[in-house]
Amino acid sequence: MSRVMIFGATSAIAQEAARSFAKDGASFFLVARNQTALADIAADLKVRGAQSVATHIADLSDLDSLSGLCDKGRAALGGIDVALIAHGILPDQKACETSVDATLGALRVNALSPAALMIRLGEILVAQGSGSLVVISSVAGDRGRPSNYVYGASKALLSVMGEGMAFALGRAGVNVLVVKPGFVDTPMTAEFPKGALWASAKSVGEEIAAAVRKGKRGIIYAPFWWRFIMLIIRFAPGFIVSKI
Amino acid sequence: MVDPVVKPMSWGRYPRLAQHVVGMSDRHAALPLPTEGSVLPYGLGRSYGDSCLNGGGTLIATRGLDRFISFDKESGEIACEAGVSLAEIIEVALPHGWFLPVTPGTKFVTLGGAIANDVHGKNHHREGTFGCHVKSFELLRSDGTRLACSPETNADHFAATIGGLGLTGLVTMATLQLKRVASAFLGGQSIKFGGLDEFFELSAESAASHEYVVSWIDCLGSGETLGRGHFLRANILSAEEAAGRKQRKALPLTVPVMPPVSLVNHLTLKAFNAAYYNRQSPRVAEKIWDVDSFHYPLDAIANWNRIYGPRGFLQYQVVVPTADQRDVSEALLEEIARSGKGSFLVVLKVFGDRPSPGLLSFPMPGTTLALDFPILGDETFKLLDRLDAIVMEAKGRIYPAKDARMSPASFARGYPNLETFRKFVDPRMNSSFARRVMERA
Ligand SMILES: Cc1cc2nc3c(=O)[nH]c(=O)nc-3n(C[C@H](O)[C@H](O)[C@H](O)COP(=O)(O)OP(=O)(O)OC[C@H]3O[C@@H](n4cnc5c(N)ncnc54)[C@H](O)[C@@H]3O)c2cc1C
Repeated sequence: MSRVMIFGATSAIAQEAARSFAKDGASFFLVARNQTALADIAADLKVRGAQSVATHIADLSDLDSLSGLCDKGRAALGGIDVALIAHGILPDQKACETSVDATLGALRVNALSPAALMIRLGEILVAQGSGSLVVISSVAGDRGRPSNYVYGASKALLSVMGEGMAFALGRAGVNVLVVKPGFVDTPMTAEFPKGALWASAKSVGEEIAAAVRKGKRGIIYAPFWWRFIMLIIRFAPGFIVSKI
Repeated sequence: MVDPVVKPMSWGRYPRLAQHVVGMSDRHAALPLPTEGSVLPYGLGRSYGDSCLNGGGTLIATRGLDRFISFDKESGEIACEAGVSLAEIIEVALPHGWFLPVTPGTKFVTLGGAIANDVHGKNHHREGTFGCHVKSFELLRSDGTRLACSPETNADHFAATIGGLGLTGLVTMATLQLKRVASAFLGGQSIKFGGLDEFFELSAESAASHEYVVSWIDCLGSGETLGRGHFLRANILSAEEAAGRKQRKALPLTVPVMPPVSLVNHLTLKAFNAAYYNRQSPRVAEKIWDVDSFHYPLDAIANWNRIYGPRGFLQYQVVVPTADQRDVSEALLEEIARSGKGSFLVVLKVFGDRPSPGLLSFPMPGTTLALDFPILGDETFKLLDRLDAIVMEAKGRIYPAKDARMSPASFARGYPNLETFRKFVDPRMNSSFARRVMERA
């Protein structure tokens, strides 16, 4: 049964991916900030079939603590089969535009922290000679847009780093997977139809779990057809992108 | 990013009302109350009429409350947040030999919705309503109070909230006693019957021998053929009987688009009903079902409610007390047959006498009849008013979960506990249904 470590375990997509792994009887080491939310998720995963669930409260913007955290998770699980990096915030773009601190703060949580984790987890998995390292990026990282370029830049870093690591670590038997979701609906109102571009956190989470089971590596879009939308957007001339 | 537009509707797609939606996903958090106006919990919108709608107000969508809390595989006690669906409970519990003690005809309802309508199923004659198996729940009121409710503690709020139509507060989580099952299969018979006398004989004879009993009546039969139909009865198979059987994976069928007009009209009805009645030639057919094909045949077709077209439809369900059940059922069927307006099938079932725990619970000892009506204008509403009159005369009642048009007088007559219930209504909660039938002149 797989041993799964999740950073940002209270994110909706991470939760759904975890439920999918729980059905197969996985063991978990979950990291997040909010104690009650984490305890609720742990209980939920146990009922859904998880073998065991350990939780750890941490502030993932504390970069110095991240290496230790990875080691703790590995020790608790006795090895890592899947590491999922799912934390991130949607920064206040307007505030960032006139504040260096706000921008660096956002990049710290969304880019530096996952990057630090990717390096350390990469090391652990390579030493093991197996495992999947999954990072949740976004289609927003494929092109800079006027309305969210700080968020987009943080995701661009993850995408490029993940893509490179996928090539590099593939040789050592480690699957690095970058997931780029499109518009994801909050689970709170997922029942209401909203149009074709919206996907539920549940479907994205299940796609991630399925990709991991198949041993995929590299970049996947969720749902897959965002690849084609983004292909068009990447080649669109600047005067169009400046308006979206 | 882009804000999605949401248009909540009930399952009958009638009425269509403008309302706000806010979501709730943390059961420890306060109710997301708007600064003004009323709120109403909204589960999966499987109620047909306007009891799950709050036109001009706000709906609190509960599907984000979808976490399990605990499951004792020895005792079958399961605790979950109120937005968990019955389908999800089955998925978790059935592999361990536990099933819902009571289930409606769709598994796409939430735990909170099942409580708020105190739903019933094909085993009502044995197990009573859903509420009979709810051990406890937490009720969150708009003033922030959290009440732990059970038959022992806050028993008055417990009774008001079961069948309480979402008006007494929001149920955040509940504990349910599941039922042991030896397999995921059912075995039994489908029996053709020619009329109501035969139906009541079969019902009486099967109550003791079969856990699940329900009938379909050809609602266009009249005169000689009035009340003819199929009687279905089943028990859960033992592990030996079910050995080697595999649950069928349902094909993903759907009604993908809205047809411009209702596909249900007098011609399709006649053909369908006759074909349905005649599909089985011997009087008795032995049958085996899996859980889905027995309990949830309609769930196999996503969005089947679209076949009634853009105007939507009305579902009508009533219960008439035991004393005159035969004659009143006959009078109702005659009126429906005469109109030629009913849907494919009428569902008929004899309820048992286990008391319903809710102040406003629908089931009571007697016979229940349910069917759909495409909305064909004023005539449809007039027909239902005539049916109401027959039901009221017989001291029966109409099911709010299926209603979009009953009169305040019919509601008050059907539910004598209404005045007691009013004391438990949360001052910030309201619904289109409540405004229509419960507001005092
Ligand atoms: C195909 C089909 C078959 C059906 N068969 C049956 C049947 O056999 N027997 C039967 O009894 N019913 C049946 N129904 C009706 C259905 O079971 C009920 O309407 C059920 O209550 C719907 O649950 P929901 O989660 O969709 O709730 P909604 O329809 O969204 O809401 C129903 C009510 O529950 C309240 N509510 C929802 N969540 C909460 C909460 N957390 N706290 C407090 N109040 C809440 C709402 O305010 C509303 O008043 C059927 C419906 C369909 C579509």
